[in-house]
Amino acid sequence: MTPKSEEELARIVAEADRPLRIVGGGTRPVGRSTGAALSLAGMSGVTLYEPGALTLVAKAGTPLAEITTLLAAENQRLAFEPMDHRKLLGTTGEPTIGGMVASNVSGPRRIAVGACRDFMLGVRFVDGSGNIVKNGSRVMKNVTGYDLVKLLCGSYGTLGVLTEVSLKVLPDVETQVTLVLQGLDDARAVAAMAAAMSSPFEVTGAAHDPALSRTMLRLEGFADSVAYRAQALTDLLEPFGAAQAIDDPAIWATIRDVTAFADQPGDVWRLSVKPSDAPELVAKAQARGVIYDWAGGLVWLLSEGDLRARLGDFTGHATLIRGNAAVPVFQPEPAPIAAIAAGLRAKFDPRGLFNPGMMG
Amino acid sequence: MQMPAPNASVLSRKDLIVARLAAVLPADALLSDLAETRAYECDALTAYRCPPLAVVLPGTTAEVAAVLKICHELRVPVVPRGSGTSLAGGALPTADCVIIGVARMTQVIETNYDDRYIRVQTGRTNLSVTGAVEADGFFYAPDPSSQLACAIAGNIAMNSGGAHCLKYGVTTNNLLGVTMVTMDGTVIEIGGPHLDAGNLDLLGVICGSEGQLGVVTEATLRILPKPEGARPVLMGYDSSEVAGQVVTDIIKAGILPVAIEFMDRPCIEACEAFAKAGYPICEALLIVEVEGSPAEIDAQLALITAIARSHNPVELREAKDAEEAGRIWLGRKSAFGAMGQINDYMCLDGTIPVSALPYVLRRIGEMSQEYGLAVGNVFHAGDGNMHPLILFDANKPGDLELCEAFGADILKLCVEVGGCLTGEHGVGIEKRDLMHVQFAAADLEAQMAVKDVFDPLWLLNPAKVFPLDSSAPRRAA
Ligand SMILES: Cc1cc2nc3c(=O)[nH]c(=O)nc-3n(C[C@H](O)[C@H](O)[C@H](O)COP(=O)(O)OP(=O)(O)OC[C@H]3O[C@@H](n4cnc5c(N)ncnc54)[C@H](O)[C@@H]3O)c2cc1C
Repeated sequence: MTPKSEEELARIVAEADRPLRIVGGGTRPVGRSTGAALSLAGMSGVTLYEPGALTLVAKAGTPLAEITTLLAAENQRLAFEPMDHRKLLGTTGEPTIGGMVASNVSGPRRIAVGACRDFMLGVRFVDGSGNIVKNGSRVMKNVTGYDLVKLLCGSYGTLGVLTEVSLKVLPDVETQVTLVLQGLDDARAVAAMAAAMSSPFEVTGAAHDPALSRTMLRLEGFADSVAYRAQALTDLLEPFGAAQAIDDPAIWATIRDVTAFADQPGDVWRLSVKPSDAPELVAKAQARGVIYDWAGGLVWLLSEGDLRARLGDFTGHATLIRGNAAVPVFQPEPAPIAAIAAGLRAKFDPRGLFNPGMMG
Repeated sequence: MQMPAPNASVLSRKDLIVARLAAVLPADALLSDLAETRAYECDALTAYRCPPLAVVLPGTTAEVAAVLKICHELRVPVVPRGSGTSLAGGALPTADCVIIGVARMTQVIETNYDDRYIRVQTGRTNLSVTGAVEADGFFYAPDPSSQLACAIAGNIAMNSGGAHCLKYGVTTNNLLGVTMVTMDGTVIEIGGPHLDAGNLDLLGVICGSEGQLGVVTEATLRILPKPEGARPVLMGYDSSEVAGQVVTDIIKAGILPVAIEFMDRPCIEACEAFAKAGYPICEALLIVEVEGSPAEIDAQLALITAIARSHNPVELREAKDAEEAGRIWLGRKSAFGAMGQINDYMCLDGTIPVSALPYVLRRIGEMSQEYGLAVGNVFHAGDGNMHPLILFDANKPGDLELCEAFGADILKLCVEVGGCLTGEHGVGIEKRDLMHVQFAAADLEAQMAVKDVFDPLWLLNPAKVFPLDSSAPRRAA
C-alpha cells in the first residue's frame, strides 16, 4: 500500500483489518514488526522552507537526501546530525524524514544542540482509528496544549503514521576542527571529555574510540573563534596529554554511523547512560567492540547474548539495534511506566494495527 | 471567564477530607481556614480568584503521594501549585479543590559537574537553581523574567522560556528527568541523568502539560558551563519592517545570538518614561546579545553591526562595558513594570513565523484603533514569540471584557498566519476557550486521550487547557 494523500492513508487505516508495518525508506529496520507493508513513499516533498525563519516543513516520505541538498544550498543543516543506519545495518534505499523522526535519530552533535526531538516543531499523523491529527505548528515556541510532537518523535510508528513534520534548521558553520588525544584508557578519556564539556568552549562532538586509543573533540564556528577555542581547549586538556588539531570532518561521519562495526558480525547495542558510569558498564559488558560518543553518554557495543543481564541494574537504557538475541529490543520499563505506555498505545491505536510488537 | 460549578458532594465533605489529610501531614502543612486559604485564591492572572477547599504544603514526595491517594479515593479535584506566577490562570483554584503547593520542597538533592546535571525538589525557584551551581562556573539556562519567584515545578508544567532560549532552548530542552506522582498516588521516575527516552518520550509530553498529568516533585536538570562573557548591542529603526528584515539577515548570516529582543514605539516610550535607559524614541528597537570570549564577541558584533548599518539605523549603540550593557537591558527588563505604571495591562504571548512580523504588527495597530485600547509590543524576535501588552482600566466597567476580546482577536491573528496561541505562558483558563481556533476536534481528542491515561478520573487541574465543552463529558464521568 502506497497512499498518495493523508485522506487516502486515513481511509486505508480506518478500513484496515490486519496489522500494518509502516515503511519510510526502510533503511532503519530496528525492532521487530509484522504486518502488511504501508509505504510513505507516495507522500513526499518539502511543503515549506523559509531559511530566514529557520523553518522546514516536509511530507513524511521525503528523502532526507533531498532535504539536506535543499538546506545546503542555503548554507543550513539539520544540526542534530542524524545518523545514517545503512552501513551498520546493511540496508539500501533512501532514508526519509518521517523515518528519522519516528526513531528520533540524532548524531554526535546531539550532546551540544539537542536531539531530533528538540528540533521538532510540529507533526501531522493518522492515528489507529483513521483520524488525521495535528500537533505543534511551524513556529519556534509553542506551548499550546500537550506536546504530542515529542511523544510521536521516537515512537517508531506505534502511535500513529506520521504524514508531515516541521523542523527547526540551523545555519551551517564556517569551519570546524577536531582535537585528538592519544593513549587514554576509557576512564581517563571520559574524564577528558567531561573536562571539555564543562568548559565554555562549546564542544560539539566528544567521542572516544578505544580500539584506536583515540579521544576526539570537535569545535565548530567562525574561523577566528574556532582557532581561539582550539588553543584554549588544548591548554585546558594538557593534563590529559598534548592534543593534536586535525581537519577531518569525515571522522564524525564515522562515529555517527558506527562504521567500525559495519563489517563485523555480532549484535550491536546502543546504550544511553550517565557518562561517568560508562567505563564501568563497558567493563561489565565484555564486548568485542566499543565506541563512546556524547562524552560517554552514548556507548555502542558489539556484543553477543543478553547484554542487559551482564550490565545488571543501571541508569539509562540499552537498545538492540542489530542482531537476533532473544531479548526485547527496547529496554523493558518498570510496571507503572509500561502501563502508561500501553495505555497510550491503546488510546492512539486501539486495534493494535501499527507495528505490533515493536516497542512492547 | 467561566469555571465549572463546584462539586456539591465534595464541598459537603470538607470536614472529612480535611481530617483525612491531617492524618498524613505535619500540622503546619495543611491550611483549611478561609483566612489562610485566601492567600492561594489566584496566581498572576489576578482578575480571577477563588479560594480552594484546602491547601497542603508537603515537604516530601511521600507526603505528596499520601495526599493524592486520599484525594483519589475521595474523588477530590487537585490543583498543583508552584509559586503562583502563572499568567494564564494555570494555578487558579476551584472551590472544591485541594491545592498541592510544592513551595516548601526546595532542596538540592544532587549536583554533578562531571555529568553536568543538578537534581532538585521542584519547589526550588528557577534563579536559585543557577544560584546553587554558579560559584562553580555553571548555570541553568531557561531564564523566564519571573525567575526570582517562579518554581521549577511551574516551569516544567508550563514549559517556560526565557530571554536566552534562542540559543539554549526552553525548559523541555533542558529537562532530563522527573519524579512525578500520578493522581492515584503512584510515584514514577521518568528519565534521569542520561539522554533521551528508551521507549516512548513520556518526559516530552509531561513537560508543558500544565499540572494535568501528575504532580512533579523532583527534577533532573541539565546545567551548562557559563560563557566567558556576553555583550548586547542596541539598534533603532524607523519602521518595524526594516527591524524585522535585520533580524532575518542576522539569522541567515549564520550568527546565533543568545537573544534578539524587539520593542515598538509605545513600549519604548513607556520604558523611557519609567526607567530612563536612554533609548532612542523610534518605531522599532532591537537588542541583540552575543556570547563568548572578548575577541569572539567583537567578531560577532562586527558582523551584526555591519548588517545593522546596511539598513540605516536611527541609532546603533554597542555596549563598551558592563555598565552600558546594564543600561541597554534596563529598559527591556522593566518593560512590563513600565507598562504597568501607565495602566492595567493584559500580556499575550502568541507566536508567529518571524516572516509575518511586519504584517502582524500592522494589523495589531489597526485593531488597537478599532478597539480604542493602546498596545505596546515587546517580544523575543528571534523566535517570533510576541508579547503584546494591551492597556485597559480595570475600574472602568466593560474595559476588561473589551480587552479580552481584543486579546482574543490578536491570538486568532497569530494562528491565522501559521502561529499559535501561546509560546511560553501556557493555556490555563486564559486561552482555554480559544483552543478551537488552533485545533480541530480530533486534535483536542488526541491530547485529552493522554490525560485519560494518566488521570482517568480527570481530577488533576481538570478545568484548564481544554475548552469546557470539549472536556465536559470526561469531567462529568
Ligand atoms: C512578571 C512575570 C514575568 C514572567 N515572565 C515569563 C517569561 O519570561 N517566560 C515564561 O515562560 N513565563 C513567564 N512568566 C509566567 C510564569 O512565571 C511561568 O509560567 C512560571 O513557570 C510559573 O511557575 P510557578 O512556579 O509560579 O507556577 P504556578 O503559577 O504555581 O503554576 C503554573 C502551572 O504549573 C502547574 N504546577 C505547579 N506546580 C506543579 C507540580 N509540582 N507538578 C505539576 N504541575 C504543577 C500548575 O497547576 C499550573 O498549571 C512570567 C510571569 C510573571 C508574573
